Amino acid sequence: MIDSFYLAWRYIVFNRIKTITLVLCISLVSFLPFALKILLNESEHQLMSRAITTPLLVGAKGNSLDLVMNSLYFSKEKPDFISMKAIEKVMDSYLAVPIPLYTRFHAREYPIVGTTLDYFEFRKHKVAEGRSFAMLGESLIGADVAARLNLKVGGSILSSPENLFDLAGVYPLKMKVVGILQKTNSVDDKAVFVDLKTTWVIQGLGHGHQDVKKIADESDVLSRSDKLVTTSTKIKQYTEINVDNLGSFHFHGDPSIYPLTAIIAVPNDEKSATILSGRYLSEQKNQQIVRPKKVIEDLLGNIFQIKEFIDAVVLIVAIAMVLAIFLVFSLSFRLRQKEISTILHLGCSRSTVVQLIGAEILIIAVFSGMLCFSSLLVLQYFQGEIVHQLFIS
Amino acid sequence: MININSLELSYGTDEFRLSIPQLKIESTEKVAIIGPSGSGKTTLLKLISGIIQPQRGRVEIGEVAINELSDPQCRDYRISNIGYIFQDFELLDYLNVQDNILHPFRITQSLKIDNQVRDRVKSLAEEMGIADKLKRLTNNLSQGEKQRTAICRAMITAPKLILADEATGNLDPSNKTKILDALFRSTDKNKATLIAVTHDHELLDRFDRVIDFKQFCDGESV
Repeated sequence: MIDSFYLAWRYIVFNRIKTITLVLCISLVSFLPFALKILLNESEHQLMSRAITTPLLVGAKGNSLDLVMNSLYFSKEKPDFISMKAIEKVMDSYLAVPIPLYTRFHAREYPIVGTTLDYFEFRKHKVAEGRSFAMLGESLIGADVAARLNLKVGGSILSSPENLFDLAGVYPLKMKVVGILQKTNSVDDKAVFVDLKTTWVIQGLGHGHQDVKKIADESDVLSRSDKLVTTSTKIKQYTEINVDNLGSFHFHGDPSIYPLTAIIAVPNDEKSATILSGRYLSEQKNQQIVRPKKVIEDLLGNIFQIKEFIDAVVLIVAIAMVLAIFLVFSLSFRLRQKEISTILHLGCSRSTVVQLIGAEILIIAVFSGMLCFSSLLVLQYFQGEIVHQLFIS
Repeated sequence: MININSLELSYGTDEFRLSIPQLKIESTEKVAIIGPSGSGKTTLLKLISGIIQPQRGRVEIGEVAINELSDPQCRDYRISNIGYIFQDFELLDYLNVQDNILHPFRITQSLKIDNQVRDRVKSLAEEMGIADKLKRLTNNLSQGEKQRTAICRAMITAPKLILADEATGNLDPSNKTKILDALFRSTDKNKATLIAVTHDHELLDRFDRVIDFKQFCDGESV
């Protein structure tokens, strides 16, 4: 038996290009259906686990999937904004606790999530290092952000400009890292959390600058009255918020119309959820309330329909590949007829010839299996990231 | 001693017919078989080695009637007792010279590779002048070296009967003599019987006996 494997191994090594091609084909055909299953299971897990724990979402009317994907997974699709008035509406109903979300901006490739401390209580997140944000300009970062950017408590992270070519845009804000969240194995690991007001500062709705009443160079003052001082653009704008300049930060306009992307509404009970949903159906023209679980179930329904189609395609490809492999082997054995006949003439039994061929097939199958298995292990290791890239971002 | 009695074999209707009333070859005898193409020289070697079975008659090698053995017994007997040298070497290109020589041991369970066998590979290779090429793939050998390897493979089991089917047919004249020398040396050393099919009439005087196959067309005994 060992000799059969030795001879088979020598044959395979000698015909290594043919063998590698064959192994790659078999591995790929075996890998595809399993990989698809792993990715779909992971996507189902990732999408559903978060959707199940988020009872209701309030957002602007429009694509409910965009609203859910942006609010739950901080995806790049931006739903229309709603205003702070929406918070008051939920609060005034006494049917649910509102948790605002504003997810318009990014720091590097990580989303900046403007919210309140209720968010962490709602998601049951714990701070691993440092503390939660307490002051304007402070940030609490996810575990992956800390690891990948090598950020520690006391460090800082800069918001990314929305448009590099917008010369009149707001300066990026340098946010101090005051805490790092425990690993949650969710998208929260890849987010930078700040107070809602900090996101408005990033947007330019609020800002801080040097005290215009104490400007030394009068040429910088364009006009001055008892109520209003108009200055030139030379006045120093703060791009970082600290204890010294915190007092200078202020907001312009009516705070009740400041933007949000969504509100997580945590209802008192199922009855409250139903009543609240009903109110939005009947009263609200510009806002919608959605149950994320339902939206994700619809999405998964579509994905699994596609999966069935892909499964069928993979099956057909697999059958074609099996036939092709069979053809390759039979042609190979036809080409080796002379060699087999020599072996038989030397005195080898037919069963040994079968054993030799079996050993070759087994070695190729084992290599294909190993390659397929190791590829699946790699895929399994990166499945969270891949699913996030494919289905969520 | 090889004893063939009343042997008859035919293919198709009248396309090929071999009839040998009697043929005796003594132990350690070196016999050359000549004859026109298609007269059945190679067929005779195959009949003696049990690769094909006659329709009638008996082929005995010593005490063993090879055509009466079952297929597994016949294969087992052949691999252990008969060395077969093919005209076009029939070496396996994916094995090196050493593995080609050891090949009979790797395709049967009745033969085991041990240190004695490995030493024998070395000494045979030295005798044949290919000791420095044991690790080479056969693709990288000259025709003469390939045939020497094939002879080593036939001799590795120390058979008492060597069947050579035009073993020098593919070689240039200088190589022919060298290969035949090597084959004879090895046969003598093993005290084996050699039956060689050949077309090279200039080599015939080196054999103990020459059998012209033309006679079997008339059904003569030898």
